[in-house]
Amino acid sequence: MEMDRIDQIVDRYRAEPSALIQVLLDIQAMFHWLPTEALERVSRSLGVPMARIRHIATFYKAFSLAPRGRHEIHLCMGTACHVRGAPRVLDSLTEVTGIGPGETDLDLDFSLETVNCLGCCALGPVMEIDGKTHGKMSPARAAAVVESYK
Amino acid sequence: MSEIHMHIDGAQVLATEGMTVLEASRKAGISIPTLCHHEALKPFGGCRLCLVEAGLHGRKRLVVSCVYLAQDGLVVRTRSQRIDRIRKTLLELLLAHAPDSPQLQDLAVEYGASRGRFEKEPSFCIHCGLCVRYCDEVKGKGAIGFINRGFKKEISFIPRIAARECPTCKECFPLCPTSWLQAAFVLVEAFSFKQQKEVLSKST
Ligand code: SF4
Ligand code: FES
Repeated sequence: MEMDRIDQIVDRYRAEPSALIQVLLDIQAMFHWLPTEALERVSRSLGVPMARIRHIATFYKAFSLAPRGRHEIHLCMGTACHVRGAPRVLDSLTEVTGIGPGETDLDLDFSLETVNCLGCCALGPVMEIDGKTHGKMSPARAAAVVESYK
Repeated sequence: MSEIHMHIDGAQVLATEGMTVLEASRKAGISIPTLCHHEALKPFGGCRLCLVEAGLHGRKRLVVSCVYLAQDGLVVRTRSQRIDRIRKTLLELLLAHAPDSPQLQDLAVEYGASRGRFEKEPSFCIHCGLCVRYCDEVKGKGAIGFINRGFKKEISFIPRIAARECPTCKECFPLCPTSWLQAAFVLVEAFSFKQQKEVLSKST
């Protein structure tokens, strides 16, 4: 575990206990998950008990206590996307990535998550990869987009 | 410290600044039911069972007495039809999770709460937070905490700390109204203490 990088993140916020969530977000962005060793390090340098850190890390969906893929796919299953064919897009995503919703592949390339509205229903079915929005997805186009991230 | 004059259930009660309504009542010998309150711990306001009617100048509203501060001129009622009805429902909801908790059963008798009103969902822990807060505030160990949120919220021992601290302490055990704490401890002990002890003995 590269503890220097954890320390750098903590230093960025001058070891302020109130910056805990920011620190966790940065670690999540860097490693795509929150390894226990990293959390223990943060606990010691910020002086925040491990119990509190784990409560926060399990409270927000943005954090993960298990490794996640380099690319995060969010597929919208909200009403508008659903009627426009999101379930079929999901099937196609599962086919190209080999993972279902909530899962991460063994090579840690992708994590797949379904969400309930991305807020741009006119573009439905909508998929988001690493925060970038891909609208008007068909099963074939979604597969092509994912391939381009491989 | 300035004195505060209040009325609780018709009696004149003297409180001091910073006291909660619950503390003032108990000092005056008026009992209010609680589940998540503990004298040695900071107010938490988790179970809502201690709610009372309180108001100034005739206007009354429901407040949670274990976190609501005493105030000069405050008029408090600790029981009324409305309060009893709410406490009954709260107890019935809790009983769906921990039907065999002795504390809940005693209160259920007092408030006429039935065990079967809501579908059983035995998750046992009622989230009173006594174990978590005791370990943190009194012992300063933080061996146990909450994880997740909403209906998935549960207590969770931190194996590394628990393996070192809990076997000689266990002071939180009698606080738990449901015995779920003891069960969770036995589980974490079975799952991870052996491994944690190996880690501990290597690091020393
Ligand atoms: S385990 Fe027991 S003491 Fe701890 S929060 Fe749950 S009910 Fe309360
Ligand atoms: S005792 Fe006041 S909310 Fe639990």
